[in-house]
Amino acid sequence: MMMIVAIVALGALAGASGLLLGFAAIRFKIEGDPVVERIDALLPQTQCGQCGYVGCRSYAEAIAAGEADINQCPPGGQGGVAALADLLGRDPKPLDPDLGPEKPKMVAVIDEQSCIGCTLCIQACPVDAILGAAKHMHTVIARECTGCELCLAPCPVDCIHMQPISPTITTWKWVYPAAEARAAA
Amino acid sequence: MNEYVLILISTILVNNYVLVKFLGLCPFMGVSRKLETAMGMGLATTFVLTLSSICAYLTDHYLLVPLGLEYLRTIAFILVIAVVVQFTEMVVHKSSPLLYQTLGIYLPLITTNCAVLAAALLNVQAQHGFIASALYGFGAAIGFSLVMVLFAAMRERIVVADVPTHFRGPAITLVTAGLMSLAFMGFAGLVRG
Repeated sequence: MMMIVAIVALGALAGASGLLLGFAAIRFKIEGDPVVERIDALLPQTQCGQCGYVGCRSYAEAIAAGEADINQCPPGGQGGVAALADLLGRDPKPLDPDLGPEKPKMVAVIDEQSCIGCTLCIQACPVDAILGAAKHMHTVIARECTGCELCLAPCPVDCIHMQPISPTITTWKWVYPAAEARAAA
Repeated sequence: MNEYVLILISTILVNNYVLVKFLGLCPFMGVSRKLETAMGMGLATTFVLTLSSICAYLTDHYLLVPLGLEYLRTIAFILVIAVVVQFTEMVVHKSSPLLYQTLGIYLPLITTNCAVLAAALLNVQAQHGFIASALYGFGAAIGFSLVMVLFAAMRERIVVADVPTHFRGPAITLVTAGLMSLAFMGFAGLVRG
């Protein structure tokens, strides 16, 4: 008799717990992964693919899934690595040198004299920052250009070159002390 | 009222779970490397410990004792604790994904944190009432969190300190923990009984 009471009592307790957890699983269901959004927000959105993923979004998903490391984004630079490390609670590490050096922010410029209007660079641009039509001169919308350099390779006449953006009075940012940058590295 | 204040002081300082009773050492060593993780772990443990103390009291008082099943206490409490931890994990995952990622494996590991089971069992042993049980669990968790945060702060400093080679890593950590435990022994006798 005692044994049956014990079995029933524990069974009821376990059953009630199971129901509670089942309810909680439905009530607190996760749609999507909000961490991906926050990682994506930190990435520079150049969509350059230097990290080995098709774009910033898929790199963010790979970081969140633990497949990619946080030091694979040269456009984001050391500051970007530090920001990712801070967000994810990991230790910052130096940028992966195999993926290219950290460059200043640049914008693509088309030499309009030599452009033959082949539209190849338009197809390569991940952010639709190149305007033009077949057999017509193309141009880059500088405000939209992320400086990803993906349009350089397909150009048959090599009329696109990268120009560093010199800081203007509205875009200039305070330069961090060197000691702080070294500590982050 | 006085009794409740005594319970709190006793669990937080005098009978601190980590440093005096040596319970919950696994997360104490594992998650105390960074101040933020230590705080997160402290918060999660506080929540789980308080809630599981209450749930364990209710289970004991309304299910086990009336049916004369006191001998099933340990297994019933483990069940209750596992449910509370699972529930907390779902809530944390929903409400704070970053905390969830920071805590990582340690959140499910609260299930096997002996401090949680100890609080439930010691409550029964001390014949605490409902409020006393909740306060005991809460106090134990606050004590745990306090020590976690203090220890994490110390470890962050030790990382940059010039420690002799043979003491680096776990050795100096354990030495520090021992010294901290000694310091907490100083609270013994603060509260009588």
